Amino acid sequence: MSDYRLRPDEALDVREILKDLDRYRPRRRGWTWRKMAPGLKMHGFSYQDASQPLKRSVPLPPAHHFGNIDPQPGPVITTEIASGRFEDDIRRMRMAAHHGADHIMVIRTAGQSHFDGLIEGTPQGVGGVPITRKQIRAQRKALDLIEDEVGRPINYHSYVSGVAGPEIAVLFAEEGVNGAHQDPQYNVLYRNINMARSFVDACESKRVMAWAGMAQIDGAHNANATAREAWKVMPELMVQHAINARFSLACGLPEDLICLSTVPPTATPAPCVHMDLPYAVALRELFSGFRMRAQMNTKYIQSSTREATVTHVLNMLISKLTSADIQSTITPDEGRNVPWHIYNIEACDTAKQTLIGLDGLMDLVELKQEGYLRDQARALKERAVLFMEEMLASGGYFTAVEEGFFVDSGFFPERNGDGIARSLSGGIGAGSLIPRMKDYLAPVTAHFGYNNTGQYGLREGEDPVSLIGGCTFERPEMIRYIDELDETDNAAVRMAESEQLRRPGAKFLKPEMEWLGDGTVMLTLFFPAEEKVAKAAALEVARRMNLKSPEVISLEVMHPVDGTRVELKGKVPFEIAIEELEIPPEPEVMGDGAIRSAIEKRPMAVVCGTVGEDEHSVGLREIIDIKHGGIEGYGIRVHYLGTSVPPEKLVSAAIEVGADAILASTIISHDNIHYKNIALIDRIAREMGVREQLVFLAGGTQVTPELAREAGADEGFGRGAKGVHVATALVKLRDSKK
Amino acid sequence: MKRSDDFDVRREGLMGLEDAELHARFWELAKQLTAPLIDMGRQYTSPSIERSVLLRMGFSSLEAKELVNICLEKGLLGHGAGHVVYKASRKSGQSIREAGLLLIKGQGWEGLADSFSKEEAS
Repeated sequence: MSDYRLRPDEALDVREILKDLDRYRPRRRGWTWRKMAPGLKMHGFSYQDASQPLKRSVPLPPAHHFGNIDPQPGPVITTEIASGRFEDDIRRMRMAAHHGADHIMVIRTAGQSHFDGLIEGTPQGVGGVPITRKQIRAQRKALDLIEDEVGRPINYHSYVSGVAGPEIAVLFAEEGVNGAHQDPQYNVLYRNINMARSFVDACESKRVMAWAGMAQIDGAHNANATAREAWKVMPELMVQHAINARFSLACGLPEDLICLSTVPPTATPAPCVHMDLPYAVALRELFSGFRMRAQMNTKYIQSSTREATVTHVLNMLISKLTSADIQSTITPDEGRNVPWHIYNIEACDTAKQTLIGLDGLMDLVELKQEGYLRDQARALKERAVLFMEEMLASGGYFTAVEEGFFVDSGFFPERNGDGIARSLSGGIGAGSLIPRMKDYLAPVTAHFGYNNTGQYGLREGEDPVSLIGGCTFERPEMIRYIDELDETDNAAVRMAESEQLRRPGAKFLKPEMEWLGDGTVMLTLFFPAEEKVAKAAALEVARRMNLKSPEVISLEVMHPVDGTRVELKGKVPFEIAIEELEIPPEPEVMGDGAIRSAIEKRPMAVVCGTVGEDEHSVGLREIIDIKHGGIEGYGIRVHYLGTSVPPEKLVSAAIEVGADAILASTIISHDNIHYKNIALIDRIAREMGVREQLVFLAGGTQVTPELAREAGADEGFGRGAKGVHVATALVKLRDSKK
Repeated sequence: MKRSDDFDVRREGLMGLEDAELHARFWELAKQLTAPLIDMGRQYTSPSIERSVLLRMGFSSLEAKELVNICLEKGLLGHGAGHVVYKASRKSGQSIREAGLLLIKGQGWEGLADSFSKEEAS
């Protein structure tokens, strides 16, 4: 077996992942929940609902102000990664894991539900990935390596649905897939697969999933996404959850692996929390003991990533006020395209940020035990009971579906007669069920239903698989691995096309959103014009920038005539030679001891302040303060003048105290005021005749060293600069001025 | 079917129930609705279930598909595709895999069909 390991400082090598897959075995079966860490202490903070931190991760952007901590919330966090090319998705999985995802869900290619059997090899998908043994094995192998790197088990997940459900369930059990969607109602309502076939197949699938310890997610959220007015299906959603949950228990799945895919049904501009919270409460009370997979509302998602993100956050408020065992993250670009790398990561960060930001919320507030919330929750439960009573009265599940009970746009008992009706004798796979004969036998593990093993001498309770001495579940060496079936549509052919860009070892780079070398870039533009004009203008800009296949992916009205925001994607037709790039050298850093002894030998004083009409102080204080590793720590005497300091005052104070240097912080960058202030200080110091003897340093989040020097400073410092960088420059520049 | 929201009338029978009783009613109804579906699952099989059995017995997806199609043609799927292979293996003394591959090639079928029961499971 391959001994390839990931190194933190090295790109993931997809070529290595694809080697020796015929011999790869997953390291475990079954679902893993996060390990909670109640009372976790990090950077002096105390967390109430956090889980154990990761070994290696990418923290939230402001973390550098907080000792780079990266606290992890309690729920398992999902990200859905399926660009159509599974080999390119592997790198995204590594990125997502570093941003806190531990549930990687792979959407299937369009049409796989209706594929009668397993797909083999690695054909390219549309809107998802063809799920095959080779594809699963490669991704599971990669995740096994990635989970070692981040220090937390990663759950891998796809779909056990369609007309080949039982085969897919067996494939998943064999290959160490940890979770799956399985809900026969999904087949019936949304894939028009025959009802009886769906439920019979589901018995076998669920029994196999139970054997493998897989977590199951149901399909009820689809009713929400399909219904015209999504909030009206709340009673039905509870019924769908109940049917799949009860059915699953009977097939052998334990309660704590049966996850309800539950969505807060509505979204803004409706008063969504007010409407969604009673539903969330009612559901969790009715289904206590089962697990909640908090899905995000996608029904009303538009092309604005900002809007989608706010919906996501509001949905997570519901999760925190009630409960979520798995928190889904829908990528904020779902309303525009098949998700891009950056939006998977944004969504993971949104979940982490929100859930950690709301840590301990229920220590502060509690849900009311009387009034609107209780009344609404109770009424919803009653509506669900009435729904099921009427189903039974109509003759049971099949007749209820035939009569269009489900996905009706009425708020039950209201009915609008527009539900999805399916016939018991219709749909894909109709007539394909076969009654088991008296001598029916299936000599394997995890088989559901009638199985006449007595005819071959087994006693009641004896394992049917003993007849053949074990099946692939006990003896994985029996699994037959198929590599490829199509010589032209496979990963090797696709990868050869972008080989010169493949890392490690690539000499060229290209911008990328989903596939290696796709060349896709996004532009955000504003035009002082109405929508139609702005759209045409944006495409013209793209044409003149030589972008190929430009397409407007989002339009937002700033004002009906005075302004439109446009987002546009296109492809660049060139590659960048990495060797020819001019990469600025890292700033020079002296050792702490060397700086200290230089200051000891020749003491130094500096004056500093934030210049102009600018009240920002945090950045400069970090550069100065001893507790942040600032320059005071090296023995430099600091005269801090505060914020909104006029440039003249900075220079005159330097003269007054006999300072060796001026440190100017300049944060506001509107109309290039930061560089104008730098130039002004330089000019004043010259006019006062002190420029030659003073070291003048300028810094700020929007300052680039080169432009600061051009404007007249001796050195400039941008985002990420630390006290040691400034102290080094002070010592070196003072010496050069001697 | 179209009907306006008459919840206030319909809920009358439920209003006297405690929350716990309402929950029990909810789950009792769920059980009644799903029991016939479970029974069906016990008594029927499908091509996909049978292919899933053959996968577990060590056949590839392509082999499983062929074997199930042949069993369907011969009207034997109700006995279990795995059973057909198991029986062929017992009869010939070959391994499960060898017996299955021969069946795909059309060998080993003599007398096999007649040895199965004619009765449905009750």
